[in-house]
Amino acid sequence: MSEQLLSVQGVDVRIGPRKILDDVSFEVAPGQFTGLIGSNGAGKTTLLRVILGLQAPSAGSVRIDGRPRSRRGAAIGYVPQKFLLDPDLPLRARDLVDLGIDGQRLGVPWPSRRRRARVEQILESVDALRFADERVGNLSGGEQQRVLIAHALVGEPKLLLLDEPLANLDISRGEEVVSLLAAIAKEHAIAVLISAHEINPLLPVMDRVVYMAAGRAASGSTEEVVRADVLSRLYGHHVDVLNVHGRVLVVAGAGSASDLVGHEIALPETGAHG
Amino acid sequence: MSERLAVKSLGFLFAAGFFGNQAVHIAIAIGGVVAIVAGVVGVFTVIRGQAFAGEAFGDIGTAGGSGAYLVGVGPLLGFVIGNVIGAGAMELIGVQRPRGRDLATGIVLGAAIGLGALFLYLTVTGSNTTGATQTILFGSIFEIASSTVPLTLVLGLIVLVTIAVLYRPLLLSSVSAEIAAARGIAVRTVGAFYLLALALTVALAAITIGTILSTALLVGPAAAALRLTKSTPRAMLYAAGIGIAAVWIGVVLAYDSDHWPPGGRTWPVSFFVVALVFCAYLLSGVPQAIHARRASARAER
Repeated sequence: MSEQLLSVQGVDVRIGPRKILDDVSFEVAPGQFTGLIGSNGAGKTTLLRVILGLQAPSAGSVRIDGRPRSRRGAAIGYVPQKFLLDPDLPLRARDLVDLGIDGQRLGVPWPSRRRRARVEQILESVDALRFADERVGNLSGGEQQRVLIAHALVGEPKLLLLDEPLANLDISRGEEVVSLLAAIAKEHAIAVLISAHEINPLLPVMDRVVYMAAGRAASGSTEEVVRADVLSRLYGHHVDVLNVHGRVLVVAGAGSASDLVGHEIALPETGAHG
Repeated sequence: MSERLAVKSLGFLFAAGFFGNQAVHIAIAIGGVVAIVAGVVGVFTVIRGQAFAGEAFGDIGTAGGSGAYLVGVGPLLGFVIGNVIGAGAMELIGVQRPRGRDLATGIVLGAAIGLGALFLYLTVTGSNTTGATQTILFGSIFEIASSTVPLTLVLGLIVLVTIAVLYRPLLLSSVSAEIAAARGIAVRTVGAFYLLALALTVALAAITIGTILSTALLVGPAAAALRLTKSTPRAMLYAAGIGIAAVWIGVVLAYDSDHWPPGGRTWPVSFFVVALVFCAYLLSGVPQAIHARRASARAER
């Protein structure tokens, strides 16, 4: 247990009569790249909010690095859904990244060469040095995202959480971001938990998957989780998992979930990175 | 020879008695302090997009200031008490929620203007303080009692210390409340302290140039400064500088305006300050325009 970086155990979230999360459990080991997959309303954002300590679970626990989640933790870097920044926000990209070092502390930051060098280095690693002196509000969505990733990384977290970083990106931009994140995870030896609608862009780099539907989750390796029987049980409804040229399609099928026991579909070789 | 020329031109600039006048000393001191505080807080006001809240505190100050006249205390005390109560009310109604912000501000603003109207009516009709309306709404920096100076300094210091202490969490929660909260920042508390600092700043600006015009000193220099530099701390420095220049030049011009038509009376300092701030804002666009023009010329080549 203690070697797990993030441990989510039996988390329930109820808002009024609605059950947003229902007994969600999974673990993330240090350095692992985990995809949190599910459609809108599956509970991904709520789960991320629970992990971040922004939403108290009705039941269950979240432990980070073996300790209960405290609100004051620099162990997690967080990149929210983009397009959050005001269009005219008069703050340089560089300054936003600088706030990632110790933005939660009181007082005025004291400029130093070391601080500056660290910001510069992180900006370079996400390929954002070109627009480091531009105002974040004037950057494109993709550029803002890189700045926010740099902001999250500069505090040297052990876990990087990203909420739908691929939404609103075209396919090639999405691939760029995924390979950037995979490279960062390897280089900085940090675990990445990334939520997405679509599993395919993440398949080449994902170590583990947490698949969510209607507030419930199934987790494991992609081979263990992305199977018709497991997903049918999760959805409570028959689905088929199709393998098309190394891409995975999950489609609603006919019949009931119980028909599917033992039914398996071979997944593509996911070791082929890049 | 040149020395005499210098003295003569200085004499032209600074009318007789300017440097020996105690009212001028007070105006220069208070104006300077207020301009610095307004510049620093104003940059955050622009970054947070809270100019409307600043404007509301000006109007709330009208109620506070006229109330102060009614009970016979100094206007600064009235501005401060009025604005602090106003800040509390805005916070309670829900100024911290994105959609509630304008709503809370608007509700408190409306109530305050109503009170201000009543108090001004009672003040003007009830006693011989006919200058009250002018003083509260448009300020009269030459009529500030010397006893007001220590309170101004203390309040200015309180605001600057608050902003310095909150600097990082405030900046981060201005960028994104969500990111700030995920970092363990108590976004609401930080916002409430900032609102209080804003309330005090507008109270200070109100004794300088009046409640109605106080936003001009808060937002104008900061907006101009943010057009001149992309660095936040430098913008605060520039904003303070622009504010000081506007207030001090305004004081000099108002003192000189004694000799201007219609004659015998000085023009209001507030007019000059606001006009100078406005000019500074217009001028601050020039470097950007030149830069854009050069960039497009380069692109054409």
